[in-house]
Amino acid sequence: MSEPRSLFDKVWEAHRVRDLPGGQTQLFIGTHLVHEVTSPQAFAMLRERELPVRFAERTFATVDHIIPTDSHVRPFGDPLAEAMLRELESNCRDHDIAFFDPASGHQGVVHVVGPELGLTIPGSTIACGDSHTSTHGAFGAIAFGIGTSQVRDVLATQCLALSRLRVRRIEVNGALGPGVYAKDVILAIIRELGVKGGVGYAYEYAGSAVDAMSMEERMTLCNMSIEGGARCGYVNPDEKTAEYLRGRRYVPEGSAFDEAAAGWLAMASDPGAPYDDVVRLDGAAIAPSVTWGINPGQNLGVNERIPKPAEVPEDEQAGVDEALDYMGLAGGEPIAGTPVDVAFIGSCTNGRISDLREAAKVARTGKVHERVRTLVVPGSQDVQRQAEAEGLDEVFRAAGFDWREPGCSMCLAMNPDKLVGREVCASSSNRNFKGRQGSPAGRTLLMSPAMVAAAAIAGRVVDVRDVLDEGA
Amino acid sequence: MSEPTRIERVAGRGCVLRGDDIDTDRIIPARFMKVVTFDGLGEHAFEDDRKAAKGDHPLDDDRFDGASILIVGRNFGCGSSREHAPQALLRAGFRGFVGESFAEIFAGNCTSLGLPCITLDHAGLEKLSESVDLAPDQEVVIDVRERSVTCRAGVLPGRIPDGTAEQLLGGQWDALGMLLSAGAEIDATAERLPYPARG
Repeated sequence: MSEPRSLFDKVWEAHRVRDLPGGQTQLFIGTHLVHEVTSPQAFAMLRERELPVRFAERTFATVDHIIPTDSHVRPFGDPLAEAMLRELESNCRDHDIAFFDPASGHQGVVHVVGPELGLTIPGSTIACGDSHTSTHGAFGAIAFGIGTSQVRDVLATQCLALSRLRVRRIEVNGALGPGVYAKDVILAIIRELGVKGGVGYAYEYAGSAVDAMSMEERMTLCNMSIEGGARCGYVNPDEKTAEYLRGRRYVPEGSAFDEAAAGWLAMASDPGAPYDDVVRLDGAAIAPSVTWGINPGQNLGVNERIPKPAEVPEDEQAGVDEALDYMGLAGGEPIAGTPVDVAFIGSCTNGRISDLREAAKVARTGKVHERVRTLVVPGSQDVQRQAEAEGLDEVFRAAGFDWREPGCSMCLAMNPDKLVGREVCASSSNRNFKGRQGSPAGRTLLMSPAMVAAAAIAGRVVDVRDVLDEGA
Repeated sequence: MSEPTRIERVAGRGCVLRGDDIDTDRIIPARFMKVVTFDGLGEHAFEDDRKAAKGDHPLDDDRFDGASILIVGRNFGCGSSREHAPQALLRAGFRGFVGESFAEIFAGNCTSLGLPCITLDHAGLEKLSESVDLAPDQEVVIDVRERSVTCRAGVLPGRIPDGTAEQLLGGQWDALGMLLSAGAEIDATAERLPYPARG
């Protein structure tokens, strides 16, 4: 019998090309996902060195960050955005790379599109020039967010030079309460372990609460690993993983599928596998969560009070002061009741069909508050079609929500969707950094899509459980 | 390929930027990433923070004019994987970073550009920050081989991960040449792995 190993160790060993000086590993990258913002300079570097794309058939592109969500009609109103898309189009054409543009019917946020197409498979390695590449770990893939020089490295060699990560198993046990979602679980984990607690680690999410999650919920969970400092996070593949992948475009069919699925399940961590650290959380104790500060770790349950600087350890007080000052919030006050100006539902964190279904349940209970402007942005064209087939677009429109075209939108506001001045946005995205949503003074409250919908209707932060109770 | 540049030390004046968890959106706001080259990013480094500080930002402080070593706090460069962040700082004149800790992707991106990130313990970082604050004209030296930072307050022992130090000292910080040299081993790995055909 061989020694029990974690999924991380199995994937690492399988993809090791060779050891490098200084203890790094040259790791093979099975699938490379490319988007318009972090790739143009990488392609330019290849041209400069006269290098080809080594495995074009392992490279897939889409456009998401800069695309407008009012209309995808070309040319875009923003000439800079148009130029970026043209650059990606010509790079994909020149290097024979599959490009899922709006005309393909499968465009969307890169971390929504990869799994939809069946490109994200268990036991694989994935890289993309975007930190939320950790999303793909939901399938038991080891997925790395990389910078542009590394995008170049992967284009030219399909490899990265990496130091091996330690593995921390995070077990969330117990059933989540009604109105509590994967978003709340990952916010609770980051609150517990801190925004830099995961530096040097891969996070393995496990426990009965994670086992019970759908694949889309697992994607939300893994998506925000990087917000906890962990470059990648994963969930061990199970039958649910294989069933999600069955029938998808890049997944084999018939007996080849069964064979592939057996291989996928064998990649899961073995019982007794060694971990560098184990952390346990009680899932039943997690409440709908909201951020109050300027990093995702600064969050609390919707019925808790914002901390006072004096209540936190001394070396964190300056950070709390800075956050409260920027947010215009007072320590000791409840977060519930905080007025919101904008509501954003979408992003690689929470822009999938199940997210829209949960938000739509809440949208059915009322009308958007007169002061609040809204954006509901499906994560991809596939999500958009499914939502429209289910009539969710009509549910949102009837409640006064603005139904948009797919893209990253106001998660990072590289397109025209931006906060103005000091607006406060209830957002289903992943980062509440200063200025993140397009206004240098804009303020972000991160929460689940259902909580965002509830805030849009109330015009302030409310406990979605109360809304769902009334609606029931 | 040109001869590799070995990065053994970075010397220059320091600039003290206080605060923890400074994210890449603050280093280079996303609206400046609507570009197809990295040229011109330098002038936008910390643009929103600098505007909000109305001139009272370390990057606008005359005392730190011409600084090439940025002295930061904990978890510097957290958030997005955008290489635009170190590219902007490089173009703003910085050649090395000293902090209590760095976000992983940011530090990796710095290594790819030959910019060392060295960490000091809290006391060491305070010593360095105070010394540079009091005497900003002094030379600060990041010694990659010794893994230390030298300033008027003395030689402060620091940490650079082995692999990173090796890359910088061996001139392999731009990993591409090294990765390419694996040649047929890459193809052998590709053939061995059970990925579905996707043609």
